[in-house]
This record gives sequence, C-alpha cells and structure tokens, in this order.
Amino acid sequence: MTARPAARMAAYFLPRDLHPAAWWVWTLGLAVAASRTTNPWLLLTILAVVCHVVVARRPDAPWAMAFRVYVVLGVVIVSGRVLFRLVFGGAEGSTVILRLPEIPLPAWAAGIRLFGDVSAESLLGGLYDGLRLATMVICLGAGNALANPKRLLKAMPPALYEIGTAVVVALSVFPQLAESVLRVRRARRLRGGMGGGGRYRALRTVVIPVLEDALERSMHLAASMDVRGYGRAGAVPARARAATGLLMIAGLSGLCVGVYATLDGSTPRYLAFPVLTGGVLVALTGFWFAGRRVRRTRYRPDRWGLAEILVAACGVAVAAALFATSSVDPTNLNPSLTDLSWPMLSWTPLLGVLAGVLPAHLTPRPEPTVPGPTASGPTATVPGREPPAVEKAHA
Amino acid sequence: MIRLKDVGFWYHGQADPVLTGVDLTVGEGELVLVAGRTGAGKSTLLGLLNGLVPHFTGGHLEGTVEVGGLTTGTRPPREFAHLVGMVGQDPLAGFVTDTVEEELAYGMEQLGLRPQVMRRRVEETLDLLGIADLRRRALRTLSGGQQQRVAIGSVLTVHPQVLVLDEPTSALDPTAAEEVLATLARLVEDLGTTVVMAEHRMERVIPFADRMLYVRGDGGVADGAPPDVLRDMPIAPPIVALGRLAGWDPLPMSVRDARRRARPLREALASRPRRADPVPGETLLRGEGVVVRYGPAVAVRGVDLDLRAGGVLALMGRNGSGKSSLLWALQGSGPRQGGTVDVAGADPKRLPDGEARKRVGLVPQSAGDLLYLEHVADECRAADLESGVPAGSCRELLDRIAPGIDPAAHPRDLSEGQRLALVLAVQLTASPRVMLLDEPTRGLDYDAKTALAAAIGGLTAEGRAVVVATHDVEFVAAVADRVAVMAEGEIVSDGPAADVLGGSPAFAPQTAKILGPGWLTVADVDAALPEAVR
Repeated sequence: MTARPAARMAAYFLPRDLHPAAWWVWTLGLAVAASRTTNPWLLLTILAVVCHVVVARRPDAPWAMAFRVYVVLGVVIVSGRVLFRLVFGGAEGSTVILRLPEIPLPAWAAGIRLFGDVSAESLLGGLYDGLRLATMVICLGAGNALANPKRLLKAMPPALYEIGTAVVVALSVFPQLAESVLRVRRARRLRGGMGGGGRYRALRTVVIPVLEDALERSMHLAASMDVRGYGRAGAVPARARAATGLLMIAGLSGLCVGVYATLDGSTPRYLAFPVLTGGVLVALTGFWFAGRRVRRTRYRPDRWGLAEILVAACGVAVAAALFATSSVDPTNLNPSLTDLSWPMLSWTPLLGVLAGVLPAHLTPRPEPTVPGPTASGPTATVPGREPPAVEKAHA
Repeated sequence: MIRLKDVGFWYHGQADPVLTGVDLTVGEGELVLVAGRTGAGKSTLLGLLNGLVPHFTGGHLEGTVEVGGLTTGTRPPREFAHLVGMVGQDPLAGFVTDTVEEELAYGMEQLGLRPQVMRRRVEETLDLLGIADLRRRALRTLSGGQQQRVAIGSVLTVHPQVLVLDEPTSALDPTAAEEVLATLARLVEDLGTTVVMAEHRMERVIPFADRMLYVRGDGGVADGAPPDVLRDMPIAPPIVALGRLAGWDPLPMSVRDARRRARPLREALASRPRRADPVPGETLLRGEGVVVRYGPAVAVRGVDLDLRAGGVLALMGRNGSGKSSLLWALQGSGPRQGGTVDVAGADPKRLPDGEARKRVGLVPQSAGDLLYLEHVADECRAADLESGVPAGSCRELLDRIAPGIDPAAHPRDLSEGQRLALVLAVQLTASPRVMLLDEPTRGLDYDAKTALAAAIGGLTAEGRAVVVATHDVEFVAAVADRVAVMAEGEIVSDGPAADVLGGSPAFAPQTAKILGPGWLTVADVDAALPEAVR
C-alpha cells in the first residue's frame, strides 16, 4: 500500500504542458501584487520569484525565448524613470545630492524644469515607481513565456471558437508578412534596386507584391479551411441563432455599463453592481446556448488538474497576501519618501510573495518540444536548411 | 463514387467554357491521373469534386457533380469535408495550425469526432506516412517533402473516400516524390481510397495510374486507360515518346515494361550516343570556398564552382541541400559569409545592385516577385529604364523567348510559362553573361519546358553561361551538359551530364533507365537511330 502514493507522485510529475490559463492566473496574481506595493525589497522578491519559475518551467519554444525581451524592457523602464527625474526637475525633498546647472527655459515652457538640483527623494521615487511598472511588465512576459498564447486562445469556450481561430490566423499573418517583405526586397535587388523614381516608387515596388502575396495566401487558407470543414454549422435554425446573438449582445452591453458604473463613483449605484451581475448572467446564458449547438471536438484538450489548481492558487495567494497586508500595514508596502531610511520589510508580505515560487518545484516539467536524437527514425530527411524566404514553395 | 453528368463550367466574364459536356464515373479505389496543358482546366476539374468550384471560385456550373451520393450544387465544400480530402499545390499555404500533430487533428476537430478516435487516428496516420518523429515539429521548419506528406496526412485523418491532389510532387526532389507516390499507391491498395491527381510530370505517376483523364483545353475530357489516352495525347512523357518513336503498341507504361521490349532498339542503336562535347569556353564566373550560413545552420559549405561560356550547368540535390543559397550567393544579393566570387575581375557582392545584375542575372524560385506593375508593357519599359538600354530591348527579348504575349495583360494573369519568360526577359535586358535560374520548371507543362529549353539553348549559343537548379531530371537531361549534385551544402558530384545522370538510379532519366546510361533523351535516340529502323 505504501507504493501507491509514490506511484501517484510519479504520474503527477510526468512532463506535460500545464493549462495556459493556470499560468496566466498565476502571473496576473503576481502582477496585481506588484501593483499594490512600491517596496523595492518586495518588488525584487517578486522579480526573483518570476524569473526562477520561468527558468524552471518554460518550454523550449520560440515564444518562450521572448522573456529576455521583457526583462530588457523592464530595465529600460527603470532607467528611463530615473533619468526623467534627473532631467526634468527632481528637487522635491530636502536631501540634495547633485547640483546641476539649471537651463533657463522661455516663459511659454513654464512648469517644465531642465536639470537643476536633484534630490535623493525624487530619485528614489522614480526608482520605486519604475521598479513597480517594470515588475508588472516582466510578470506579463512570464505569462507569455510559460503559456503558449495560441493555446490560450484555443482553450476558449466553444462559443468563442470561431473568434479564437480568426485571431490565431491573424496572428500568424505577421511573421508571414515579414517573410514576404524580405523575399520581395531581395527580388527587388535582383532588378537592380529602384532605377530612379524616388521613394514612392520604392514603396510601391515592395508593397504591391507583398499585399498581393498576402491576399493570395489568405485566399488559399480560406479555401483550405473551408475544404476541411471549418464552420460546418450543421443545421441550426435561424431563430435560435438570432436569439443567441441577442443574448450575447445584451449581456456584453450590460457588462460594459456595469464595469463603467463600478469604476466611476459619480454614476448612480443601481447601475453598478446589479447591472454588472445581470450582464454577466445574460452573457453566460448566451455563451451556454451558443456552445451547446457547436458540434466540434478538441484534440488533446488541456486538462485542468491538481497542478493547475496549485499554480492558480499560488498566484491568487500572492495577490491576496498583499491586499490583506495593505489594509493592516500600509507603510511597509509603500515606504515613505519624506524621511529617507532603508525600507522595512515585514514577514507577512514577504512570505506571501514567496508562496509564488512553489509552482517552480511542485508542478510537472513542460514537455520537450524537439524530440531527442533517439526519436528520429530512418525516414527522417534533412529539414529545410535554407530560410523560408528563399526555399518557400511558391506556385 | 464520383459521377459527373453532362458537366459544363464557365468562369464569369469569359466567353469560352472551361469544361463542356463532361460525363465521368470514377469507381472506388481507382487512381486517376488528370493531365493537360497549363490552364486547360485541370484544377477546375479537381475543384468540382468537392464544390470548391463554383462555391469558392465563382462561375457557372451546368449539370450535376455527385460524390458519395451528395451533389455539390447545393452544398458548400465544408459539407464534403468527410468525403473528399483535398491537397493543394502549395501545402504550406493550406496549413491552418502550427505543428504537425495539430494539423493532423484539425479536420477531425471540425467534424466533431470523439477525442479517443482522434488520438488513435493521429497515431495511425503518423505511422502510415512515416512522419512520427516530426509530430511536435513546427510546420514551417519542415522540408518540402515532409510538408507534402503532412498535408496528405491532414486530410487522411478524417478517412475521406476520395483524395484529390493538385500537383503533389511538383516541388519535390526525385526521391521525396517517389516516397509520396508510394504512399498514395499504398492508400489505394490498403484502404480502397479513390485518388484523383493532377500532375505535369506524368512520367513518374503513369505506372501507378489505373485511369487517365486528359483535359484537352477546348472543354472536352478524354477518358480511358493510360495507354489509350496517351496514344493520341499531344503532350507525352519520355517513355511514351520513346514508345512512339520505336513504334511499340500498346505503349509501355513503366520502365520495366519498356526495358523488356527495348532489346531490338538497343541493338539497332549500335553506337554510343554522340552528344557534342561542350566547348570549353572562357571562364565567366569563378567561385571559391563559398560559405553561406543562417545562424548555426550551414547552407553552403565551402563550394568551388567555375562557370564557362556556352555551358549549361544543372544543379541538383534534395530539398534544402543549399542550391538556392548557392545561387543567391553567386549573384551577390544573398548572404555569403566566406569565399570569393569573381566575375570578370569583380565580386558581384561588392558592386552596386545595378552593376551586379549586368554581370550575373538570377531568376528566383518565386519569379513573380520580380514583377510589380500592372501591364506587361510597363514591366518591359521599367526593365529598359533599369538597365539603361534603348527602349524596346526587353520586349524584343521577350518576343524571342515567348512570342505573342499581349502587352496589355496583367503579369499575374499570364500562364506560369509566360510569366517565367517575362522575368527571364527582364533579367536578360541587363545582358548579363551569366544567368542563374532557380527551379524554373515548376508548374510548366511539356510544351512550356521545351520552349524554355530552346530559350536556354539560345542563351548558350550567344556565349553565356547558364545554371539551372532543378529537381526535374528529364529537363536536366534535355538542356544540361554538366551536372552538379549538392548534399548538405557541398557539391558531391560534378561532371558531364551523361556520367552524373546515367550513373545514379535516383537521377537517371527514363530513357537512360530503358536504354542504358548514355542515352539521356528521346531526341538523342532519334538522332542516333539509323534510317532503316525508323
């Protein structure tokens, strides 16, 4: 009997890709937590947690490699914020640490200061602010790296399947466009550049073939999707379709009004919560109706299992911890900028943030994308070596 | 399985019908080859089978098309998804998803099959096509042959009763093409699938075909067993041309068939074929140690190549072996990380684009990319301007290569062969002494290929050097005097066409397979045949 939990553990830790929504709940939880605080220690802890989990659990796919870009973006945000304080007036506070000559500006630019005294307080304020924004951006990057954005679109409810497919197809247009531009520009060089005629001609000679190519490709794709049964509605009576559409539109409008009223304090209260819940309910009914008439199945759908619950719960816990402490101990989360001191860190929010690191160790690893050398059989031929721009089949 | 009753079809705004009065019945488990000239209506005929024509293309359909008991007139193509699987000319353009496994499942998802069934069929199909090791690969990273097999697999998973393929092997190297054809033959044999396939390079498909449809281009369709249809067909693969020349009846359909009957012919052809030995002209282009790499992937691995005046070099090798990269590097527009290229004392990469094309011209694989204006006449005028030559030069060249192209036509409306001729003329306007052609025979029928071969002959007669990168062995046999085979970015063999082609089973043209190495084309045989036997 002792072997059974162990066997179950082994099955749990088999490599698989987690449900993308779980990772998104986790990252959004951390991003929300970051938005609640300017304490640099906490923000740095969140960053460390995010980076650790990403390194431990990202798949080796191209979209996952973009995490680096987000980190660079974060660094740019922080340094940009600090630089702004340096250039455009940073004299709030008494501790002046740098005296720069102020550049006098004409009267119409009153209110803008160029250089001048720089205080430690304003620099710190810029740093904290920038760090918070950067942390949130890096959290989003982590979501992108951990969960295939396209799989997230596929995990949408059946009623939204068609929209999801449209978005996926639209997303794949951009790399193709870039490829076409590359190919056409190379072809243009073969004709000896532009041969005079100015920039307009240059634009035209590239844009027209690229657009023609894109149009042709989308026609091909549309034909191919049609042939393979996309949008096989079966027989749905027109009246049922109209009713579903009406429910959806009414629900979504209610949702919009409700959200607006909730956020804007000046609108009457009866427009806020009641309309919001009503809208959600109506929209959900519409979704349910629409989903029921969809006769489509999903190949290897992402399952929502124990690991997913764990990941999502960790994200929610981090956000909840910071919400709870902000009402108890606000100074700790937003360190004072008036009297300079090392920001303090209390145990509760720190432990709360550290809970976010659990998914790095308590979830199964992602499946390897590229099969190992043993997986390639004798039939494996040499993959296309040349860039698609050249070798791309074009009939 | 498929029944066409008195079918006629017009595209809107065109006076002549594409098809008229077509009556056809195709039974279960038949492999039907559709042949015809470019633009004769092969693709239209294929599209009729699942309603893509006229529902998607527009036009007017007469008569009824019935597949598996359903008529296409009233139903859109998606309602035939479970009956008819269709694979287009360019598999990459038809892929909806990103990875092999998802692509295989896509059609089944649309039909609403149960997940367990989908899982099982994906595994079966991966094995059937021998692509199990590619299952998680991104579709864009696959080679042409792999993409073609995935495209076939993606329609097979729904277990269609009819499989329709438009030029499934035109982009593939000889070995990959054989693989795809063997797969199709196996489907017909094992699953009883009806296969309808259009193909320009018929020579490889004919041995597999049970039936043949010849779309004549005047609206009619000739229907019958391959030997009967081929007898009066104006376009013919080498094996048939040889059979006609030797007066064999019935015509041989496979190399094995022909070889058995070729004994008297072989004896009559006493002497070895005498091809004029290439005159060693002056060296026009010398490349040494050319290296092209894309990141970590090496496309061309230190290739040495000399091109001589008056010679035609054919560059062969499987998809992705570095042929295109080498051509682009030689021309100077593509990347080149190492080595030297010397054309008349200068490196084309260092020259401005306009100068480089006066030394080396390149017609790329997607030749249409070079054209961007609305009329043929405008393109010709632009070419004259670009090259700084008197007005009318380009048009004159075009008329020499392909006479009678309407100057007011839109380049996109030209046939593949005409468009290629236009691009060739545009590139020749700069009068380069070295001309590189990348996959020029794609989508060309036998007539267009003959015209292209004649144009290439004209170029060499003027003392130019020509390089043709292609998979088409029969075309190589007809035009090239020297053949270089590339693999993994290196040239693995380089020599006179007769030696390289004759010595390899994969690259041997049909005539060589029948009559032995040395006999490359039917024209060779014709020239060498003594009067008495003829």
